[in-house]
Amino acid sequence: MERTGSPRLNPLFRMQWEQAQQSWVLLYPEGMVKLNQSAAEILRRCDGERDVAAIVADLEQAFATGGLAGDVNAFLEIAGAQRWVVWK
Amino acid sequence: MTTPGPPLWLLAELTYRCPLHCVFCYNPVDFSAHEQELNTEGWLRVLREARELGAVQCGFSGGEPMLRADLEILVAEAHRLGYYTNLLTSGVGLNEQRAGMLRAAGLDHIQLSLQDSTREMNDFLSHTRTFDLKQRVARLIKDHGWPMVLNVVMHRLNIDHIGRIIEMADQLGAEYVELANSQYYSWAQLNREHLLPTREQLARAEAVTNEWRQRLGERMKLFFVVPDYYESRPKKCMNGWGNVFLTVTPDGTALPCHTARMLPGLEFPNVRDMGVREIWYDSEGFNRYRGTGWMKEPCRSCPEKEKDLGGCRCQAYMLAGDPAMADPVCDKSPQHQVVSDAVLQAQQSTPTSRPLVFRTPEESRRLLARP
Repeated sequence: MERTGSPRLNPLFRMQWEQAQQSWVLLYPEGMVKLNQSAAEILRRCDGERDVAAIVADLEQAFATGGLAGDVNAFLEIAGAQRWVVWK
Repeated sequence: MTTPGPPLWLLAELTYRCPLHCVFCYNPVDFSAHEQELNTEGWLRVLREARELGAVQCGFSGGEPMLRADLEILVAEAHRLGYYTNLLTSGVGLNEQRAGMLRAAGLDHIQLSLQDSTREMNDFLSHTRTFDLKQRVARLIKDHGWPMVLNVVMHRLNIDHIGRIIEMADQLGAEYVELANSQYYSWAQLNREHLLPTREQLARAEAVTNEWRQRLGERMKLFFVVPDYYESRPKKCMNGWGNVFLTVTPDGTALPCHTARMLPGLEFPNVRDMGVREIWYDSEGFNRYRGTGWMKEPCRSCPEKEKDLGGCRCQAYMLAGDPAMADPVCDKSPQHQVVSDAVLQAQQSTPTSRPLVFRTPEESRRLLARP
């Protein structure tokens, strides 16, 4: 399912780089999710301003590649179900 | 053995002092012998050293951590260091002024304990008149924009109220509710016959919880923790000994879990004498039960040994008399009978004639004096 609108990180979560784990993590009450690189790159762009198309375009430019829309949408669906992102 | 990863969780038990006297408290029953609290400087050093190693979740707990006048200083430093900061409180002492100060210090989340949905049972179980206070504090937490976890220790005396408890949590605006059946350590172990629910109670409570999950959808998350006495395999206690959790007790003793001090023949280091790095990587206390090398049969040759790491060392000690045995919750344990007997007894309608023991300094001293 493709969503329209602009996802942003759920304010109940905090995302930060952890030196000891060499990874981005999502922190929430009494818990932590370790993010892989692509998840982190997508989530960092979920600022509530950019819509999905803009996020995809930005990623494709940053990584000099194309055809990321499917992956980004699939990830955002998971992220929504986990409540990591909310939509406005 | 491979080098362990860093501690990810620091549990700072700031004090054993507590205005509540809960019958299921997991603080050690001999807490009255360990009342020499670390000072502010000591805690600040622990926070810095653990963060340097990689700890990122920080829980301020107790006893009642609000009783420490320096709580805001510690939270502010933890926040500055980049921890996600959790306050685990009964709510006593959390007024408008201190909530504002904690918010300013950067506190990320509050976990509020709740004993029951009824005033009578809440006040009875905690031996205090705190029912109305908890409602007030829950509103205060929401007004300040914190995510709120309600932690309700479930047991024989309140488990039949679970539907009403969930309804109340929803009205209070909780994001997460932990319906955690009591684990039988410390005070809860003393009171086990009063607290262990029947099989029927458990089945009903789980069914009610599932109905509520349907109704609530994404609004509020419910975690239901079954008492491990009713399982046939043990829990992977603390996600592995010295694996992710570091507890520092009020007097500065560093432990792989908050009840490990009960284990015999094991010296645990104190942060007054040793740095956190040395404690985590080099101390005997943290290395003894890491990995699987310490195991005896039936764990040693068990195909599931990596899955649960033999369960809980404290439970093995309490129920089998040896911390290196299999956790008797496991039905492969030669001592499993101890657990099945307790479960069988719990099915009786009048489980015990012994009175409940409330967690008080007086009871603690009385238990210490016992031969």
